[in-house]
This record gives sequence, structure tokens and C-alpha cells, in this order.
Amino acid sequence: MAFAYFPHTEDDVRQMLDRIGVGTLEDLYSDVPKDVIYREEYDLPDAMSEHEVRQYFEELAEQNIPLFCLCGLGAYDHYSPAVIPHIISRSEYLTAYTPYQPEVSQGTLRYIFEYQSMITGLTGMDCTNASMYDGATAAAEAMMMAMASTKKKTRVLLSEGLLPQVVKVVQTYAKFNGVELGFIPCQDGVTSYGAMLTELAAGDVAGVLVPGINKYGIIEDLTGFADAVHAQKGLLMVYSDPSSLAVIKTPGEWGADIVCGDSQSLGVPLCYGGPYVGFLACRKEHVRKLPGRIVGATKDVDGKRAYVLTLQAREQHIRREKATSNICSNQSLMALYVTVYMSLMGPSGLREVNELSYGGAHYLHDRLLETGLFEKAFDKPFLKEFTLKSLVPVEALQDALQMIGVFGAVEVEPGLVNFCVTEKVSKENIDAVVSYLLNENGTSLRGAERRGNLLKEE
Amino acid sequence: MAKTVEGLYYSESHEWVKVDGNVAIVGITDFAQHAMGDLSYVDMPEVDDEVEAGEEFGAVESVKAASDLFAPVSGTVVEVNEELEDAPELLNEDAFANWIMKVEMSDPAELEKLMDAAAYEAMCANE
Amino acid sequence: MKYYDKLIFDLSKDGRQGYSLPSRSWDAVLSDLPAGLLRSEAPALPQVSELDVVRHYTNLSQMNFGVDSGFYPLGSCTMKYNPKINEEIAAMPVFAGLHPLQPASTVQGALRVYKELMHALSAITGMAEFTLNPFAGAHGELTGLMVIRQYHMSRGDLKRTKVIVPDSAHGTNPASAAVCGLEIVQVKSNAAGLVDVEDLKPLLDDTVAGIMMTNPNTLGLFEKDIRDIASLVHDCGGLLYYDGANMNPLIGVVRPGDMGFDVLHLNLHKSFSTPHGGGGPGAGPVGVAAHLAAHLPVPKVVEDEDGFLSVVGDDADACGRISGFMGNFGVLLRAYTYILMLGKQNVRQVGPLAVLGANYIKESLKDCFKLPIESVCKHEFVFDGLLDQSTGVTTLDIAKRLLDYGFHAPTIYFPLLFHQAIMIEPTETESKETLDGFIEIMRHIAAEALTDPESLKTAPHTTPVRRLDETTAARQPVLRYKDLLHMSQVC
Repeated sequence: MAFAYFPHTEDDVRQMLDRIGVGTLEDLYSDVPKDVIYREEYDLPDAMSEHEVRQYFEELAEQNIPLFCLCGLGAYDHYSPAVIPHIISRSEYLTAYTPYQPEVSQGTLRYIFEYQSMITGLTGMDCTNASMYDGATAAAEAMMMAMASTKKKTRVLLSEGLLPQVVKVVQTYAKFNGVELGFIPCQDGVTSYGAMLTELAAGDVAGVLVPGINKYGIIEDLTGFADAVHAQKGLLMVYSDPSSLAVIKTPGEWGADIVCGDSQSLGVPLCYGGPYVGFLACRKEHVRKLPGRIVGATKDVDGKRAYVLTLQAREQHIRREKATSNICSNQSLMALYVTVYMSLMGPSGLREVNELSYGGAHYLHDRLLETGLFEKAFDKPFLKEFTLKSLVPVEALQDALQMIGVFGAVEVEPGLVNFCVTEKVSKENIDAVVSYLLNENGTSLRGAERRGNLLKEE
Repeated sequence: MAKTVEGLYYSESHEWVKVDGNVAIVGITDFAQHAMGDLSYVDMPEVDDEVEAGEEFGAVESVKAASDLFAPVSGTVVEVNEELEDAPELLNEDAFANWIMKVEMSDPAELEKLMDAAAYEAMCANE
Repeated sequence: MKYYDKLIFDLSKDGRQGYSLPSRSWDAVLSDLPAGLLRSEAPALPQVSELDVVRHYTNLSQMNFGVDSGFYPLGSCTMKYNPKINEEIAAMPVFAGLHPLQPASTVQGALRVYKELMHALSAITGMAEFTLNPFAGAHGELTGLMVIRQYHMSRGDLKRTKVIVPDSAHGTNPASAAVCGLEIVQVKSNAAGLVDVEDLKPLLDDTVAGIMMTNPNTLGLFEKDIRDIASLVHDCGGLLYYDGANMNPLIGVVRPGDMGFDVLHLNLHKSFSTPHGGGGPGAGPVGVAAHLAAHLPVPKVVEDEDGFLSVVGDDADACGRISGFMGNFGVLLRAYTYILMLGKQNVRQVGPLAVLGANYIKESLKDCFKLPIESVCKHEFVFDGLLDQSTGVTTLDIAKRLLDYGFHAPTIYFPLLFHQAIMIEPTETESKETLDGFIEIMRHIAAEALTDPESLKTAPHTTPVRRLDETTAARQPVLRYKDLLHMSQVC
């Protein structure tokens, strides 16, 4: 039976073998020791048709329970306009290789240039690369970049306000790369400026990584941070949510040298954690230490404006063992995803996204406090996600929410839970959740019965 | 054929040294700029940096290559050629007329380990 | 392909917006925030309508070449066909809508995909366990090296800080080792293009963490001494790393686990048909032998005796965490779809048909191009430029001329062992007719090199743009729209 992905007829194979001058396909492996050839049956299912594959995944999908998302913590349920999947599934983008042949890759190169223009605009930086894998690995690369950009420094400081998955990835890279880490604790829900000064005094700090919006959802006030870090010849690095940067003070305005984070918040589907798209941006004096691919403008021999991968001497395939990063494939198509998103939204649309998320989050925050099930954990400004102290067992709370098809109240620290609201959430949605929780308040939250999905997706 | 200049000292890693009192003026050779092609960037040390003979002090980059620079002598950097920051092509135009850094030598005896023009030419001929 | 000269910013007009948001309003507004926490002016994003966006990105796409446009003979990149069903499965809302922190009980279907894909990759490679978290091939390399270092450290064997890398290796190998804090020691290739076992022996001592091998190597040659190399390295206490960039010719024929490899990574965007996307997202799963399984990174998917799948986030034996969540799930869905389509039957043909195509091209062109190593190749092979280089036509010229004839260029100037390297890999999804067409054009170009070298040296002629001024781009980097506006030298 012919298989759709193999075009070879028996006759083709025969003719090709004849040209090569061997008798059988197996003869093409004559240089492979006989005892490593695998002759047993592969432990795989029987080949399926497309129709069977579809059915198979539909069955698997039934084992997932879709939930209405009121959770943030590094993955945000913003709406993704219909245009985007149509554009990114164009095969000229989807099935293209890395744009090493610029004459036939101007499409890819130009959207990367646009992406660079937009990300630098949001962050207030001069340069960015063509994307990183995700926010956590972008933070690890920022750490290595700070080490490479400063002289005779041995340590990088991390705020304990960073998302836990970001801290763990940075720690893993640091352990193997030989970077010593120090930690700056949080006080009243924000990175402690005083504790940072104490750590900086040692004089061995290459860089300090702090969140723009921290794991409690609080917008950090970074007044004085850049001056303090620069006074010790270190670099200030900020982990940012790019969606929020349409409205909140940018790392550039705070005086940061390097900015990293995850652009998933720019409309990328949750997709169980990936593909997302990390970003890494910096001031121009650090561009030679910026890892990954970078696109620059130039012209061709006829004088036409054109774009090309540039500053390649930084990259792993040239520097080999001297490289300070090994990234090559990144998340290019996802960079297109967020570029199209930012084009559709523009400055006003992205502001509205934040305005709606802000308003909804504050409404949910206040209504949840009214239930008597929570109290404030901090009294600090937040944007779209926030942390409350749960007065009931967290697991019971989570179970109760799940009963009505809602995902939220993820524990940030013992007893402290996260909620997040995006522009997809309506007042009716929030009122339904709150009134359900109010009804459950008298009885035990544990043991609530499944009520189906009270909240329908918009 | 790449040119050399008499009266300079040469390293195996293709740097030249011109001695001016206790100061070593350091650049890259014509052979090196030729091998690299059109240079796009020169990574230079900072004034007051300590450099050590045989150790890396910077790098030169072209469109598709990068090569580290190695200090031919030890000492303290007293000046760097800031013109190269905006015009790395000066090294392509005349590698000997355009220096990269000036070093106050801590051990001038190290010069004895370097080659003269004839020895350097012979080495390049074998590469 | 046609030239289109706009950037999305060029279309911008104040007051336009390409998406309409819900019209609801809330009591709390952003201006309630302290002014010191707000940005001073709106970001310079384009202001365009929905149709502007659609037309712009459609026009841009038409200046791009993809696998769906034509043949990519790109060595070491395995540009095989990307089946459409993969895309549809990955877009299923019930997968695309899952938050990565959702409780395991609500994502059993997704976790089952992880479990089954790991099982399938084990079956194909002979490795005991996998992590699917790495985002790309280089990320897989780094993860695999972390596993190796963690293994040695867990045994208190702290002096193993060197990794041996052949001189023909992909550039990422030494770069990944450097990022992992390892010292790189190079082993030479012999005249036959294979790792020189005699050169390797003196390098092996108790400071060696492992060796990174690509097999078949970047010349497309099978390292036939692999079993000897494996025992030599194992005898000195080191581990063998398999760079899966070149796994395609072995699929269905040889399993790296059976050759003695302890750790490998795969590029799902090469061997397992997921699209390259112009440079990602890919996926670089790492497989290990049983004795290394404990050191794979977290989060890990584990199954209990009742078949319930859960996610383990902390594990002291693990090398650490290398991803925010659990990798590029959307890419994993595509690869698993492909494996289900292949099944145990078709998997047998992947490698042999890929190798057939490569040898067919090699034999059909070796009278025009210089073949430095005469032996049966695997999925790819390397020419060292034209046989007759008297007119000064270089590999770059050949690559650029191919673009005029509607083919993508091969990989050029790699591996570094040959000055005029042209590395060709056809993959099993290309028909004999396509390969014949490519062969005909390559022969035509070889003839043109003698009769009309100028047309090659100035190629390409028919593409939307022609050869670019890369030197100016690198000397005076213009990396964003804002700076382009101030550039006079760029038209």
C-alpha cells in the first residue's frame, strides 16, 4: 500500500538503485555493522489514516477538562484575533527554513525586523534578538549576558519576586555555567531595595534581575534600582510582561540595561505551556553580547531596501567553543504571531486590553474580599493578576472552583492564591463565580458537587 | 601577498608591536586583516585594564568570522584607538597605520619572545 | 516571488485599529494607578486596519520560500514535507486552551500525549526514557550535557569537566558544551572522514565527561567504528552523546541506543516532520539510557499503577529545570501525529528512502562536482565545489544561482573540513522527478560556470532582492524601524 508521504514507486526505487550501482536498499547500509541493524518489529501502533488519527486525538482530548481561566503566573488567557492563525499557517512562513538565504527569505526577515521594532518600542530598549525559547530561558540568557558584559564579576542577584519557574531555570543554567547566584528577598510583596543594596556592597555583582510585575501580581516601583546597580558597575535586568508594557512604566524608563520575558501575553494561546516566545532586549552598548539571531536593514546590489541576518560573528556557529550562548533555532513563527497581534492591536488596542484586564481584575479582587473567604495579602498596585490570602483550605477552594469549570486560586506561597483577569472575562462571569462562592460559604467548600460549566467561553 | 613592516615585533597570533619608550603600540597585521575579510567590529579593552602576554584582550569581527586578539606583551592599557569604534574598516585599509591599543609594558623582556618581520613572513608563508 | 517594499509601519495612520475589543467598562481604570508607575507615552506600534494587516503579511509571505514552495536540498536540516494533518491536530481547541498549571486531573489527555510520544521515541531510538521539555536541538544538547554532568556529580566524580567533540561537529556542539561549563577537546577526522580512533585514544582519561558524536556525521558518513569508540569511552568512565540532527537516515534501521549511546537529542522539526517555521518553534527531546533517567530535568510526567498521569515538579536527582513549563507542546502534538501516521509499518522506510535519494544525487553529479570522499553516504553528502574551478566560480555562486532556478540553496561552507563545501540532503519525501529536476539544474549550472561564469557570480537575478550588502549591515547596524528613518544610506 502506498504511503502518502513517500512518493517512490517500485520502479523509481529500482532505477535509483541502478544509478547508484547497488542491488537493494539494505545495501545502502553496507557500512553499518550488522549487529546494530534493528530487525525486530517497532513497538509502535499500526499506521493510521488521517481519519483514524483525528478520531484518536478526539478520544484523547475527551480526557482533558476545559476550564475557564482565572489564572496567570506566567501564562495569560488573552484573546487571539482570528487573523493570526490564518497568517501564520501560510506555508511560506510555516514551512520556511531559517533565513540564511536572504534573497528568498525577505518575508521572514522583514517580519523579524518589524518584531524587533515593536519589542524595542514596548520595552524602551535599543535592540532585541529575533526571539528566545520562552521567558524562563530568556532570563537565563540574560544572566549569562550580564556575566559576559561585565568584567571581574562573579555573581548575579535574583529577586525572590520572580516567578518560581523562572528562578528554577536560571538556577539550573547558573549551576552548570558556573555563575554564583544571590537572592534579594521581598518585603511587603515587593523586591527589597535595602536588601539589594546590602548584596551589591560586596562589589562582585554582574547584574541584578528583578520583575517588572512580580509573582504576586504587584507592579514593582524600581525607583533608584538602576542607579544603585550601576554604581557598582553591574547591569539592571528586568523580567517583563510585554502586554503590560503598553501602559506601565517601561524598563527603559526605569534605567534597565537588559530586559527579558515571555511574549505569550501578546495573544499566544495557552497551549499547555508552549510554544510561547521569549524575548531578550538590551541597550545598544550590549548588542555584541546579545545572543541569538538579529536582523538588520541594508540594500541589495540594485539599491533595493532589504533585510539580512546580521552581527552573526556573535553566534554559536561561528564562535563555537567561545560562544556565550548556544541558541540557534528559536521561536520564529511565534515571533510572527505576536508581531501580527501587535499590528492588529496597535497602541490603542493594547491599551484597551490592559484597561479591560485592569478593571476586571480589580472588580474580582473586591468582590472576592466581600465573600469573607479571603483577606488582602498586600496593599500594593496591581494590573491584571493579584494575590489574596485564603481563609479556607486552598485545595477546597480550588476544587470548588473546578466544580463550576473555573481554574484559579493557584497557590503562590502557602495560603496565598493567585487570580488573573483578562479582557475575555465579563462582569457576568465574575458575578457567577462570586455568587457561587458565597453560596458555598455556609457549607463546607469541600464536598461541593460538580455543577457543570457555569461559565461559558465568550 | 600580505605586507610586513621592518622594525616591528610580531606575534604568532598575528599582532604587531611598535615600541615607543616603555609603551607598546599594538595592532593586527596585514595578513590577519586579509584573512578576516571586511571587518565590521573591533572589540577593544578599556584604559587601565591589565593585559597579560598570550591572553585575550579583545576581538575582531567580520561579517562571518570572529577572531580573538591576544596581547603580545603584559602591562596596563594606556590608550585605545577610539577611531576604530566607528570605522573598523581602517584596519582593512592599512593595518599597520592603525593601531588598536597602547600598553605600558610591565616586562619589556617579553619582546624578545616575539618575531621580527622576516621570521613572521616565513611563518605566514607556511600557513 | 514579487518584490513588495513596505513595512507594516509604513501603512500606519493615527486612529486606525485592527481589532475591536469588548465595549464593556469597569469602575476601576488604569489612571487610578500612581502616575510614576505608568509609561510616559504610548508605544510606537503601527495603527492599521484588519485588512491592512492581512494584505501586508500576505504580500510579505510571497517573498519567502518554504518546503511547500519547492525543494530544499539543505544538508543537516532535513527539510522534509510537513503534513497538514499535524497542523490541524495541534490547533484543536481542547489542547490549545489548556493552562500549563492546570491540575493533572484536568489534563489527562495532554499528559497521555507526552507519555505516548516518549514511548514512541524510545521505541524508535532504543533509549529508555525521554524528556520532551527542550525547545530546540541546541537546547536538547545543553540538556543532555547537563544530564551527563549531573550523573558524574551524583557519583562524586567531580573532575570530569572535558567533553570530546569531533572537528566535523555542528557548531552547536562546542557552544552547548561551553554553556554547560565543560571544556572542549577536539578529536580529528581521518582521511576517510571518520573519527580517528587513534587520535581519540590518548584523549581518554578520568577527566572526560563524555564524547559528542553525530552519526552519520556531517559528511553523511556512518561512523562504523562506533562500537569500538563506545567501549573505549565507557572504559574510561565517560558517556556517549548522540547528536540527533542526523537521525533521519537511521529511522527504521538503526537505534542509537543499540550502538552504545547513553544520551541523545532529537530534532522533531527535522526527523519528525514538524515545520521549521522560519527558525522555530522546534522541539529537542532528550532520551537517555536507564541509568541516567533519574537525572532528566523536571517537570516530569509520571504514571501510577492505576494509569493516572501526574507532573512532578521537584526532584533532587534531576539536573534541574530547563523550561518554564513542559516544552513546545504544540510541536509535540504535531510530531506524535506524524508518528501515528507512520506506524510500525512505514517507519521502516524513512531512513532507507532518504539514503536512496542522497546517494542518487551524489552518483548523478560526481562527474561535475568534486566529491572528496567516495563511499556510500547516508542521508547527506558533501561536494567540495565544482570539479573544474578554473573560472573562479565558488560554492556561494552555485548556491545563489540555484535560487534563480526555483530551488533553495544547499548548506554551504559547512562542514569546515572542506573550503568549498556544498552539503546536500534530499529527504525521503522528495520524488525521483524532483531529484532529477535538481540534478539537471546542477549540471546546467556546472556547465554555465565554464561558459558564462559572470551570470553565476552575479546571481541571483530573478529573486525579489539580489545579493545584499552584508558588510554595511554589520558595520552600521540598523535593527528597528525608528533607526531606519534616520538612515540615508538605506533607500
